[in-house]
Amino acid sequence: MTNTEVNFLKGQKHLTRRYRAEQRFQWMGRAAIAVSLTFLVFMVSSIFWQGKGALITTKIALTVDLSAEMIDPANIKGASFDKIIKLALRAEFPEATKRKQKKKLYALVSSDAGFQLRDQILENPALLGANQTIWVSASDDVDMLMKGHIDRDKPQSRRRLDDQQISWIDALSVKQVFNTGFFTNGDSREPELAGILSALVGSALSLLICFALSFPIGIMSAIYLEEFAKKGRWSDLIEININNLAAVPSIVFGLLGLSIFLNIFGLPRSSPLVGGMVLSLMTLPTIIIAARASLRAVPPSIREAALGMGASPVQATFHHVAPLALPGFLTGTIVGMAQALGETAPLLMIGMVAFIVDIPGSILEPATALPVQIFLWADSPERAFLEKTSAAIIALLVFLVLMNIIAIILRKKYEIRF
Amino acid sequence: MQKTPIITAKDVDVFYGAKQALDKITLDIPEHKVTSLIGPSGCGKTTFLRCINRMNDLVDICRVEGQIEIAGQDIYAPEVDVVALRAHVGMVFQKPNPFPKSIFDNVVYGPKIHGLVKTKDDMEEVVEWSLRKAGLWEEVKDRLTETATGLSGGQQQRLCIARAIAVKPKVILMDEPCSALDPIATAIIEELIDELRKKFTIIIVTHSMQQAARVSQRTAFFHMGNLVESGATKTLFTSPQDERTQNYITGRIG
Repeated sequence: MTNTEVNFLKGQKHLTRRYRAEQRFQWMGRAAIAVSLTFLVFMVSSIFWQGKGALITTKIALTVDLSAEMIDPANIKGASFDKIIKLALRAEFPEATKRKQKKKLYALVSSDAGFQLRDQILENPALLGANQTIWVSASDDVDMLMKGHIDRDKPQSRRRLDDQQISWIDALSVKQVFNTGFFTNGDSREPELAGILSALVGSALSLLICFALSFPIGIMSAIYLEEFAKKGRWSDLIEININNLAAVPSIVFGLLGLSIFLNIFGLPRSSPLVGGMVLSLMTLPTIIIAARASLRAVPPSIREAALGMGASPVQATFHHVAPLALPGFLTGTIVGMAQALGETAPLLMIGMVAFIVDIPGSILEPATALPVQIFLWADSPERAFLEKTSAAIIALLVFLVLMNIIAIILRKKYEIRF
Repeated sequence: MQKTPIITAKDVDVFYGAKQALDKITLDIPEHKVTSLIGPSGCGKTTFLRCINRMNDLVDICRVEGQIEIAGQDIYAPEVDVVALRAHVGMVFQKPNPFPKSIFDNVVYGPKIHGLVKTKDDMEEVVEWSLRKAGLWEEVKDRLTETATGLSGGQQQRLCIARAIAVKPKVILMDEPCSALDPIATAIIEELIDELRKKFTIIIVTHSMQQAARVSQRTAFFHMGNLVESGATKTLFTSPQDERTQNYITGRIG
């Protein structure tokens, strides 16, 4: 016999409505994720698409005269390599006789071509004494032409290379090779020579300083505030201030660094030391807040157990509480460091925006950082810097991903499960 | 009382801020006996227990007045070091709270920080002694390096007892040690308590009057911050002097 008041069947009206609401909510969630994923994929793929060109560079083959009258084998460095390159170009195209034409001809190769020739000879002195065919970098305009960024069908007045230059390039033997210079050079005014190494080293050194300062100071502050400090009006005031500091615009920290680290302490301008110090000012509140949250998440029973055993508060904290909070410390640190890695504004204030060609050898030498380098290149008028900008963004993202992977590995290693 | 008690409390008042939690508690606790503290929730029995090893110091707003002496020393005297006090007054908590480390490290932690063990042999000896005393040795001897949180609830609580006795304290305080355990694990721990009283003095807070009757020789009944009655467990349960005690043990209040 069935009781009509008890109904276990599917398809009841109020149940159907409930399930429909749940379905709607799930689909909205999926749609939100899909939209953000689309944007992410679009952004990353467009950056990759634009940046991949920077990994390729164009070389031109020239037949150079390396006889003894051009280069004295006893004094190789004394020779005029630029002149050899120019002579080789003129020998290739004797029709360029006028001054203007010659200038256009010389513009086909990079201004670095003379140095490249010298380096090849110093590396292999056997080249000396005869005519040799060597490869030197093409100028950025030629590189752009080879990559198809200069439209040959446009009227000559509206492109960077005129018809004659294009005909010369077509006559020369040209190859496209992997651009190792992008990873081994510093910045340069010439796009074909510009590389990210100085910015990469600058960023790495700054982050090292930032980590060395903000991790110990941040963790110790968090432990003291959370485990030892008496709760009261003072600790409330400090907490509010730390939370506010986390929201202060980063350029303000840059100004602080400028007026204190540079003007009062007289530390070297543009150096990764000062950059790291300014970044650590920014990172500290993030680390302190995250570390305090993770200390608060440690079950109080662990503290009681340790103190009940007769452990002193310091022993209880460092033997039991801090190890349990360590994964949280690492998460906070990596979030802070990732912010610091992408930060530009405070570095502009302390002079890390300067045009730095040399790779910094120490934390006291002038340097720049990856985001600043991206900013500088994005600001440059040459077409060739466009792809450099994208490539530098890729480098920054790869750096970030590597940092995160290290943090995840460390966190997994120290994670203790209950 | 035939022997001098090991713990004497005299006129102990405890305040949480403005609220008074204990009012003029005077109680003697004899050595090598199990004393149980019973009473309805919020009566102050746990508060009193936590005064004995000064765990109440951790609560900022808590204030203790009066005198508690252990073996003739006033434990609230300014020259007393709580770390030294807690080395002699161990504690087992309501919920098993082993450290998330290996079983071995859990037991050896106390002796290590108090400098009681130096060599690896010492450590192994104290671990085996403590685990045997806590009746856990046979179950865990082959997996001492495994993490303690993998043990069952009852095993964890016995590990906590082993951890407490490893420093060879005079007194062990137990705060409802069986409330999170099933009847079988409870029975094992009750047997253990009876065994342990030969070496230690035990004070146990319990909600279960049957448990108090089973494990303790003396019982103190707390009600609303007052110590109503204390005495030999048998007497207290069979012929209570106070009406409130009578009502509580017969189940009319609680």
